Amino acid sequence: MSAPSRTLATDILEATGINPATCYQCGKCSAGCPMASESDLRPHNVMRLVVQDRREAALSEQSIWLCLTCETCSARCPNACDPARVIDAVREMSIEAEVADMPRNVAAFHRAFLEQIRTNGRLHEMGMVMEYKLRSGDLMKDVINAPGMLSRGKLSFRAERIEGVAEIKRIFEKCGVTP
Amino acid sequence: MSRIGVFICHCGENIGRTVDCEAVTEALKDHPGVAFTEDYKYMCSDPGQQLVKKAIEDNDLTGVVVAACSPHMHEKTFRRACDQAGLNKYMCEMANIREHCSWIHEDRGEATEKAVDITRTIVEKVKHNQPLESIHIPVTKRALVIGGGIAGIQAALDIADGGHEVVLVEKEASIGGHMSQLSETFPTLDCSQCILTPRMVEAYQHPNIKLHTWSEVEKVDGYIGNFTVKIRKKARSVNEDLCNGCGDCQEACPAKRIPSEFEAGLGNRTAIYVPFPQAVPNIPVLDRQNCTLFKGRRKGLAKDACGKCKEACLKDAIDYDAEDTFIEEEIGAIVVATGFQLYSIGREQPEGLKGYGEYGYGEVPDVIDGLQFERLASASGPTAGAILRPSDGKEPKTVVFVHCVGSRDSEKGISYCSKICCMYNAKHAMLYKHKVHDGRAVAFYMDIRAAGKGYDEFSRRAIEEDGAEYIRGRVSRIFRDGDVVKVWGYDTLSQEQVVIDADMVVLATAMRPQDGVRELAQKLSVSTDEHGFINEAHPKLRPVETNTAGVFVAGACQAPRDIPDAVAMASATGAKVLSLFSADELEREPAVAIVNENTCIGCMNCAKVCAYGAIEQREICTVDGHVCGHVAYVNPGVCQGCGTCQAVCLSKSVELQTFTDEQIFSEINALCYWE
Amino acid sequence: MTDVAYYPGCSLHGTSREFDESLRAVAAELGIGLTEIADWSCCGASSGHTTDHLLGVALPARNLALAEAQGFDTVLAPCAACYNRLSAARLAIATEDGLAEQMPDILGHPFANSVDVHNAVELLRDASVTIEEKVAATLAPNPLEGVKLAAYYGCLLVRPFEVCGYDDPEQPTSMDEVIDACGADDVDWDMKVECCGGAFSVSRTASVLRLGRAIIDNARSHGAEAIIVACPLCHSNLDLRQKAMAQRGEEPMPILFVTQMVGLALGLAPVDLGLGRHFVDTEPLIARLVQQAAKRVAAEKLAKEEAAAKAAARAEKQKVGVAAGTSGAEGGEAQ
Repeated sequence: MSAPSRTLATDILEATGINPATCYQCGKCSAGCPMASESDLRPHNVMRLVVQDRREAALSEQSIWLCLTCETCSARCPNACDPARVIDAVREMSIEAEVADMPRNVAAFHRAFLEQIRTNGRLHEMGMVMEYKLRSGDLMKDVINAPGMLSRGKLSFRAERIEGVAEIKRIFEKCGVTP
Repeated sequence: MSRIGVFICHCGENIGRTVDCEAVTEALKDHPGVAFTEDYKYMCSDPGQQLVKKAIEDNDLTGVVVAACSPHMHEKTFRRACDQAGLNKYMCEMANIREHCSWIHEDRGEATEKAVDITRTIVEKVKHNQPLESIHIPVTKRALVIGGGIAGIQAALDIADGGHEVVLVEKEASIGGHMSQLSETFPTLDCSQCILTPRMVEAYQHPNIKLHTWSEVEKVDGYIGNFTVKIRKKARSVNEDLCNGCGDCQEACPAKRIPSEFEAGLGNRTAIYVPFPQAVPNIPVLDRQNCTLFKGRRKGLAKDACGKCKEACLKDAIDYDAEDTFIEEEIGAIVVATGFQLYSIGREQPEGLKGYGEYGYGEVPDVIDGLQFERLASASGPTAGAILRPSDGKEPKTVVFVHCVGSRDSEKGISYCSKICCMYNAKHAMLYKHKVHDGRAVAFYMDIRAAGKGYDEFSRRAIEEDGAEYIRGRVSRIFRDGDVVKVWGYDTLSQEQVVIDADMVVLATAMRPQDGVRELAQKLSVSTDEHGFINEAHPKLRPVETNTAGVFVAGACQAPRDIPDAVAMASATGAKVLSLFSADELEREPAVAIVNENTCIGCMNCAKVCAYGAIEQREICTVDGHVCGHVAYVNPGVCQGCGTCQAVCLSKSVELQTFTDEQIFSEINALCYWE
Repeated sequence: MTDVAYYPGCSLHGTSREFDESLRAVAAELGIGLTEIADWSCCGASSGHTTDHLLGVALPARNLALAEAQGFDTVLAPCAACYNRLSAARLAIATEDGLAEQMPDILGHPFANSVDVHNAVELLRDASVTIEEKVAATLAPNPLEGVKLAAYYGCLLVRPFEVCGYDDPEQPTSMDEVIDACGADDVDWDMKVECCGGAFSVSRTASVLRLGRAIIDNARSHGAEAIIVACPLCHSNLDLRQKAMAQRGEEPMPILFVTQMVGLALGLAPVDLGLGRHFVDTEPLIARLVQQAAKRVAAEKLAKEEAAAKAAARAEKQKVGVAAGTSGAEGGEAQ
């Protein structure tokens, strides 16, 4: 027998163990999705794109970056399709394929966040905000009410840096992730 | 020396595609003891059978091996052919090269080799076959029907009308089952009770039907045509012979606020009660769990705390000291019709199922299930047919109907479609709109499954004529928000989230087998599927038979069924039972164990392991009549031919006819030594 | 009592340090030993697993490995996001093919995946009997007695059920049990497990405002005087962003960490619980509650005194009556 041809659905199956064909498009995921009103495509639409093997459309879809990973869809899915995990996998593929057309600020946030971890081992919020501003271009926006944070002792200028930073760098390398 | 004929069937392409049938024929040609070989496209066809017959006559064959499909399919066919050709039919065996070979392999070379091996083993077996005669056993022409819902009633009536006695056992106080709770029935909107109660009365009054309500099957012994059934008559605390059904006891009972099972919890009943006005028989039962007197007795009170019903009874029919009694019935055939229950939307669930936390675990008062809606819509119900919501008795102006609650939801434990919900939801939406003209009926569905005569037209009518709004999508959450019930859904057709402020929500919950079905199935030696539905013997061709001969199945205990399905199945079991009762004797295969009395040491190990109680001890006497020992004896009527006794016999004295040790060893040897 | 490995996570060292402060204070009161995992690192939060599944497993796994190497069998991760990531990593390594074998190489450490992960709500629920006893034994009047509080679980404490599993994912009760143990009233409301907008606080603030508003409105309409949380993200979205979502003239809704609530019930000082670090000022609420409690206690005391006085008077009367009766009887006898 010939090997089955690679489709987006088989890739998802391989990456997550989830067979996207189990989605029967009932829409329960989208009924409870807190971001549905702001997204063009809802969880069940993403499942549909995957089943239809519309790789480009799925990987370049902005809506996948609007997922909060709140897992409501997966918790209520009647057929164990786990849309949240599938969307996670589609995002990963999107980054890998470099077709990622993620909203600039969301991407900037994730990158800024990971860069902080890679260099310090822990998140330095002040540092992350600076990094985020640079990456998103949102230079003027006071994204976290920094003065208020400072006055409440919630923000520090100094980053906590762990001793095992080399181990963290190793993890990033082994996972093949460069923020 | 054996002269065996080997007949290889291509089964069209079924076998021929993966097995080289000519090669098998060729390989068997020179096998010792084989006198004739032939392959043919359809051996089971008439020309195929003629070929077998002719070969027997022409070649003086002593045995026949047909390498084809499973013996379940055509063993009878070929044995009959042998019989007609003058060869004892038990000298004919099937070698299964289809289910065991061609259907499950892809490599033609390997499959062909395996087919040769399978056929050789059977040839070696047939060499040791003995001419046998069928066993004849008598038939008790009385039927047992378990369950007094519409399926059980129909089966009982059909058998009784056929002239045979029926014992009808119902675990509740009245027959009628779930159908008696329904308001109207789809797709005709017939009044359910109006069409059911005549059947209930007919069953009750039928001279051939013996009715045991408030009773359960305790134990089943025996086999087809010869069952002995022990029935537990649960203590009713009311003497059925004395009671005249006047109802004075119910009037007198002070415990009046017990949720009524018949009203699906929406109404109340007393502790001594007749479940509904048209109950059959019209004889109350005393619910000891909720009775003041019995509560007192359980607490150890020295004096009885109540006794009002007994005081009120002019017939002196009430007996607080009644105990469960047992009766035994001799039965020839059994119909299982134990019906269904609805999946519960509550938090507590049986093993393997989960509740709907996202729908509030049934704790929101105005979220009800389909049976509860039936009671609300029923003229005999707690609201006299007015649609009033449970929380405050107001008429709901927006009602949401949710399909597939529990059904088609593998995460909650039920993957199957319950089949009837699409229809009863359409009916509910219709009934609601007929009663509340300015009301809004919204149904959330995944697919509308309305395959049946007049069914699709019916569900379309709910939309087109009665104005029910159908929204394609499952509901994510249901919760109470002040006076309304919030329903969060999604319309997958217009691609929008939908939030509805409902006054009441009706959940179309899944159909499940009744509790206790697995235990009953065990008593009857029939199997159940993963959900607890009783398995039919063959999904296409033996839909109302079970794996145990003489036990039949009707209605929703086999799978989700609507009323016409259940009634049709019931009548089918009736026909099966009547055909079984049409002869005075049953013919059975001689596949039974036989004890060699000369070598039996009387250890009775065989009797200990026999699951069917077929083995008894028999004395042996000397010529002058003195008892000199004992041996085992197998009752051929009871033996099911499982072979367990054969496996445990220390002295190798018990053998299963058609599967003797010699036959089995020959088969193994054939596999080991022929290359 | 028990000693657990403590994984504070970045937020508890930064923007949510009051969660850390209040947890330490409460743990000390309840006799729970917390040992911070030496050299712990970030769990990766949603950025980790959103970007790469393996990274999303490996970053938390490093901390589980450290706890394991430092001799612990239980890790306390109070931050709901950290708890979720640590638990998810533990489950993934236990169930997904090949992950367990890959881990030692990725981490550069041996790793047996032998450590259990608990969150703060779970810890407090399991200690609820102790909490109740301690609250009862506290001398100061309990400011939370009878106060209506809304338990907000959000996403990461309860979902996915396979990962969390310590409570019902749709109708959780654990935090409500802790509220009850503190003598307060848990509010039956509708948004317990809805999402607050999570990590979009910075990148999509508008979404957070929309979602947060719905949560606060619902809690308010059900009579809650404060919302109790156990997640730094939930806290910052509902607390820091509340001003932006509030309408003119609306009373602010204080957002308290579950540990702060327990601390208040145990009579700890608000300052020790970091209650001054919030954006929605908690002082008016606490002042009101303390005043209410004082009044209540005073009223109870008065009622008790009055009852005692009445009882004493009755006893006195009876004594007199008895004496009179006795003398009367004696008199009668004498007659």
